Amino acid sequence: MRGYRDQAVRHSRLDAGVGQWRRLPRPVRTFTPVVVLLAIAATYPFYLASLPSGNVPLIYSFPSVRSAVTILVFTTMAVGLNVVVGYCGLLDLGYVAFYAIGAYTGGWLASGQFQQVKFHFGSVGITHDARGIHISIWLVLILAASLTALGGILIGLPTLRLRGDYLAIVTLGFGEIIPQFVRNADSLHGFDLTHGTFGISPIDSPGFGNSLHNSLGLPASYQQSFNADRLFFWTALVILLVTIFCCIRLRDSRLGRAWIAIREDETAAGAMGIPLMRTKTWAYAIGAFFGGAAGAYIASFNAGAFPSQFNFNISVFLLCMVILGGMGSIWGVVVAGVILSWLNVEGLANIGTWLNDNVFPSNHNIEVAKYQFGIYGVVIVLMMMFRPQGLIPERRRKRELEEGGHGPLDDSLYEMRGADEPGAGERGSPGGHIPRG
Amino acid sequence: MSEPATTPSGNLLVADDVRKEFGGLIAVNDLEFTIPERSLVSLIGPNGAGKTTFFNMLTGLYRATSGTITFDGHDVTDKPPHAITKLGVGRTFQNIRLFPQMTAIENVLVGMHARLKGGIVGSVLGLPRVRREEREARVKARELLEFAGLRRVDEELAESLAYGDQRRLEVARALATEPKLLLLDEPTAGMNPQETVTFMDFVARLREQRPLAILLIEHDMKVVMGISERVTVLDYGEKIAEGTPREIQTDERVIEAYLGKAATH
Repeated sequence: MRGYRDQAVRHSRLDAGVGQWRRLPRPVRTFTPVVVLLAIAATYPFYLASLPSGNVPLIYSFPSVRSAVTILVFTTMAVGLNVVVGYCGLLDLGYVAFYAIGAYTGGWLASGQFQQVKFHFGSVGITHDARGIHISIWLVLILAASLTALGGILIGLPTLRLRGDYLAIVTLGFGEIIPQFVRNADSLHGFDLTHGTFGISPIDSPGFGNSLHNSLGLPASYQQSFNADRLFFWTALVILLVTIFCCIRLRDSRLGRAWIAIREDETAAGAMGIPLMRTKTWAYAIGAFFGGAAGAYIASFNAGAFPSQFNFNISVFLLCMVILGGMGSIWGVVVAGVILSWLNVEGLANIGTWLNDNVFPSNHNIEVAKYQFGIYGVVIVLMMMFRPQGLIPERRRKRELEEGGHGPLDDSLYEMRGADEPGAGERGSPGGHIPRG
Repeated sequence: MSEPATTPSGNLLVADDVRKEFGGLIAVNDLEFTIPERSLVSLIGPNGAGKTTFFNMLTGLYRATSGTITFDGHDVTDKPPHAITKLGVGRTFQNIRLFPQMTAIENVLVGMHARLKGGIVGSVLGLPRVRREEREARVKARELLEFAGLRRVDEELAESLAYGDQRRLEVARALATEPKLLLLDEPTAGMNPQETVTFMDFVARLREQRPLAILLIEHDMKVVMGISERVTVLDYGEKIAEGTPREIQTDERVIEAYLGKAATH
C-alpha cells in the first residue's frame, strides 16, 4: 500500500513537467538528454577554466583535461567489457590482458622499438630517418584493436568451453600471464620484444600530417600542438562514442540477442540454434577489440607502454564499473565508468584534500587515497545491498523491477509450477543443468 | 482434423539401438525408434523411464553411449544442439526454459537465429539488407505469437507471462526455428484440465497448418490417447510396448508398468 501512496504523491508533484515531456515525440525524448550531455562533455575544455577551482566543496577541483582523457579511455574499456560480462554473462577477470595487448601493439607499430627495421607509413611528428616501425596512429588503433580481438579469440577458444567460476579463474590467469610476459619478454632468444620493465617509449603521437594541416587546418601532430590535451580529449570522446554506438547496434542485432539468450539460459540458447562457442567467442573478440583500441590510444597519449600499468587491479576496477553501472546497461556503465575512473585518477585524492582542509582538524590529516580499495569495497557492498541492479539498470531489468517481479497474476500462477517439481526455480541457472525426467 | 498421410513416404527420424548410460545406470537401453514424416507419435512411461534422456539425445544435449540417430538423411548422433536445430528439430523443455529477461518477441526472434544471416559488420553499419531482414523477422515473429494464441504480449518480459502463455511462447519459439520435427516435452505439465484441452487443440491445429511431425512426451496417458497415431511406452529405458492408442490401453505390460503387478488380474 505504502508504495502506491508514495507513487501517487510523487506523480502529483511531477505531473505538470512530466506530462509535457511525455507529449514530445519519442526520438526527441531519447536523443535530447544524449545531445545535451554530449554538448556539455565536448565543450568541457572550454569552460573548465571558468569553473571554480581549488576548494570546490567535496571534490576540491574539477578534473583537468589530461585526467579527463584517462577517464574517457577507461570508460571505453568498461563499455567493451560490458559486452563480455553484461551481454553475454561471461565473467572475465582478466580484461587487463586486452588493455596490455592493445597498448603494446600500439608500441610496436608506432615507436622505435624495433631498431632493426625502418618502416614509415603515414606517421607524424618524427624525423625521416627515425628507425623502427612508425605507422599512423589512426591505423594503429584499428590494427591494435583487430590484433587484440584476434588475441581474444585465441584466449577464448580453449577457455570458453568452461562455464561460470571456471571461466573466471582461467581469465584471471590470462590477466596475470600477459603482463608477466611483457615484463619478461626483453630477451626472447636475444630478441627484445617488449623492452622488459622499462617498457616501450616514446610512442608516436596521433596527428593528421602536414598536408592535411595546411589544407584543412587539422592538427599536424597532437604532441607538438599548443592544445595537445584538448585534442587528445576530443579524440578520446570520439572513440568512446564510436564504442557506444557499435555496442548499441550490436545489442539490438541478431548477435546481441544471441548473447543475451546465452546469458539467460545457455542450454536453451543452444537448443534454439545458437552456436554457443562461436557466439561466445565473438563476444570475447568484440570486448577485446575495444579494449585493444583503448590500450593503443592511451599508449599514444602517455607516449609509452609500461608493464607496471597492467595489473590485476585494473581488471577488477573495470568489472566494478560494469557492476555499479548495471550489467548490460550501456549508459549505466558509462556513468559508473566516469565516476569510478575519476575517483581513481584524482577524485579520491581531491576529496581527501578538501576534507583535510575543511573537515578534519589540521593535526589529524587523513590521506583518503590510501583507503581507496577499502572505499571501493564498501561502495560495492552497499550497492549490492541497496541497488543490486546497478545505477542505471538495463532496460529489461528495470522493467522487471517496476512491475514488481512477475506479471499481475504472478503468485498463484507461479505456485502452480510447484516448489517440489524438479527444476523449479532452476530455470536460467548458469550451471547449464539439463533437466531429466 | 486432417488425416495424416496414410502411407508415410518415409521416416523423418530413425533411432537405431540408441543407448545411454550414466555411470552404471542404463537410462535408455538399445532403443529402436522411428518417427514417420508428418506423424504425431507419443512417448509415454512412468517417471524416470528415460523419456527425457532419449529426447535430450535426439536434440544433442546428451551424447548417446552407443547407437545412431539419423534425422532427415543426416547422421546427427554426435552433432551439437545448434546444428541439429538447424537441420530442423525444434523442442520445448519439460520445465519451461524461456529467456526470462527477454520480451516475448525477442524470445521468438532468438528461435529464428539459425534462419537469419545478419552479421557483425552489417549490424553495426545498419546495412539495408540487415535492417530489412530484421523488419521481416519481427513481422514473422508477431505472426508466430498470434498463431500460438499470444496477443498483445509482444513486449512483455517472458517471465511476466502467465504459466499457460509461457508454454505457448515456448512452442512459438520452437516453431521459429522452422522445424520439420517438433519435440514437446511434457507440454501439459502443471496445466489444469481446461488448459490441457486448449493446448491439445492447439497441437491439433498446428498439425493441420504446418507440415511437421510431432513427438510428444507425456506421462499422463489420457492426454496422448486422443491425438496420437502411435504410442510407444518406455519403462526402465526399454520399450515395453508400441502401437495404436487402443492397443496400448489394453496392453498388459503397460498396465503393469503404470499400476503395478496387482492390477493385471
